[in-house]
Amino acid sequence: MPLKLERQENVSTLRLAAAPLVALLVTLVVGAVMFVLLGHDPIRAFTIYFIEPLGDPWTLQELVVKACPLLLIGIGLAFCYRANRWNIGAEGQYVAGALLGSWLALATHGTEAGPWVLPAMLVLGAIGGALWGLIPAFLRVRFGSSEILTSLMLVYVAQYGLDYLVRGPWRDPAGFNFPQSVTFDDVALMPLLFEEGRLHGGIIVALVAVAAATFVLGRTLVGFSIELGGSAPRAAAFAGFDERRVTYGVFAVSGALAGIAGIIEVAGPIGQMQPTISPGYGFTAIIAAMLGRLHPVGILVASLVLALTYIGGEAAQISMRMPFDVTRVFQGTLLIAILAADVLVRYRIRRVEGTSHA
Amino acid sequence: MLDAAIIGAVFASVVAAATTLLLASLGELVAERAGTLNLGVEGMMIVGAAVGYATAYSSGSLLLGTLAAVLAGTALSLVFAGLSVWLATNQVASGLATTILGLGIAGLIGSSFVGTRLDAAPALDLPVLTDLPIIGRAVFGQDAFVYASLLLLAAVTYGLARTRAGLVLRAVGESHSAAHALGHPVRRIRTLAVMFGGACAGLAGAHLSLAYTPFWASDMTAGRGWIALALVVFSAWRPLWLLAGAYLFGAVSILQLHVQGFGLGIPSQFLSSLPYLATIIALVAISALKRGQGAPASLGVPFVPDR
Repeated sequence: MPLKLERQENVSTLRLAAAPLVALLVTLVVGAVMFVLLGHDPIRAFTIYFIEPLGDPWTLQELVVKACPLLLIGIGLAFCYRANRWNIGAEGQYVAGALLGSWLALATHGTEAGPWVLPAMLVLGAIGGALWGLIPAFLRVRFGSSEILTSLMLVYVAQYGLDYLVRGPWRDPAGFNFPQSVTFDDVALMPLLFEEGRLHGGIIVALVAVAAATFVLGRTLVGFSIELGGSAPRAAAFAGFDERRVTYGVFAVSGALAGIAGIIEVAGPIGQMQPTISPGYGFTAIIAAMLGRLHPVGILVASLVLALTYIGGEAAQISMRMPFDVTRVFQGTLLIAILAADVLVRYRIRRVEGTSHA
Repeated sequence: MLDAAIIGAVFASVVAAATTLLLASLGELVAERAGTLNLGVEGMMIVGAAVGYATAYSSGSLLLGTLAAVLAGTALSLVFAGLSVWLATNQVASGLATTILGLGIAGLIGSSFVGTRLDAAPALDLPVLTDLPIIGRAVFGQDAFVYASLLLLAAVTYGLARTRAGLVLRAVGESHSAAHALGHPVRRIRTLAVMFGGACAGLAGAHLSLAYTPFWASDMTAGRGWIALALVVFSAWRPLWLLAGAYLFGAVSILQLHVQGFGLGIPSQFLSSLPYLATIIALVAISALKRGQGAPASLGVPFVPDR
């Protein structure tokens, strides 16, 4: 087919900023078609899915709570993706962080441990996630193995590890044989920000991460070397930046943030260890990172949008008996739309007459 | 205790487990030889499994189900091709998006079939050969998918190495600019290769839900699409090595089940994670030995004429 992509010079900032909005719009149109195909009135479905959750203080809090892990993981992924390192195993790093952090919560359970427990859990969560993330980094640096596949395989390994612990050694003996740990002690739980509601201290951690990442990525030499290593590896090598150190660095940061997200989720909204501790946050965060243009503030906005697809999905599941997979379709479509919109903003598609080959 | 019948049954189950992987990785190998890294295999496979199951269950025809699965896998591969080949987006991101979308679509389609069961695709008995001791059942008493996977393997091996189309496809994967300069339609060839990969992934999904485990369960692919991707690396992009890899991994995943059956006191979760650990070990071993030799030079690089 005689089609040609032509690079647009001087693309305005306005056009670039429009891409995520266009992507969102396209996703909504696809969503409407999907609702009709599923036999639902699209207007009613949209209201339940996207509008009603926004009009209720309780679900608004829930929105922020759900955005928190996406934001933390997404920021970490931005470090990797800017360096052109494809960490797609954040879900496993999330679980690994949750495991190491929970270990402390369970080890100190029922003791008179002081308020140091929770901060120590967060640190352990970061270490657990970072160590899990450093495995694919090491395999890539040392052996040249694809970090895409190794980081992803480690997701399954981490999940089986979690499953083993909550069904075996960590199972609550007084839990009526349910595969879950004891409920964490108060000193091992994220404090709530308000008496009434679900907003917890993890949101503060996530906002600090936004500020810190914005600074590091935008204003420091470290951020510059990550960016340059990703976009022009040879130039980076000439400039004396060590590619291996960047690889270790971005995977450690990415894993640590995913691990912190994991332990915050377990010590916050969940409050104990159980076989499933994530509705796919590690994968959805990939979309958050892309939709947010690999910029921490953009990822903040994108996380809220994506959190809405979780909340709306739950609402549609309850009130319309719609399968939860609607959420995945929305998320996948959104990622496809943002990728396409990015190209269409920067390039113009031209028909080429004549003999030119496609 | 371990008589011929048991060994034969184990062999047969290894072949069955390996067939899903072989089908999916064959398609991916062709796509990658044309220069496109398709991370959407898992999504195309599960859409194939869901559509195949839904069609077979509703129509009562396994053949229709299989055809529908192949078409569904191909249709989803067009989404990936549209993004990565025609819009020249990042192949990793496009593949992931395709997988996420595929998992969602499959879940929607499959949700009304949870709890139902199908009669599995029948074994095709071959006279005399099937009755051979030990290997009879394993090699000759299989369902049509097994034979299809071996025929496809032969076709891909021959096609890539010995036909003009295979030569052009490999040229596009090695150097898209050179192939373009010679007048080959790079994007059209890549699209066809990706579509072939999607069709194979759909067929692999049909094998999963119509023959291997003849019921629908969400997330029933359980990462097999990703393992298929790893197998392509493991094979150093050579079809015959793919056969060895797929059967090796089939053996690991079956072994894991049988060890659980013996009750050795090893937690089942450790055994279940074996195929994934084995994949990592295989990837490391192959990259340590080969350092990425055999990978098509243009793999993963988007092609935009005259950019």
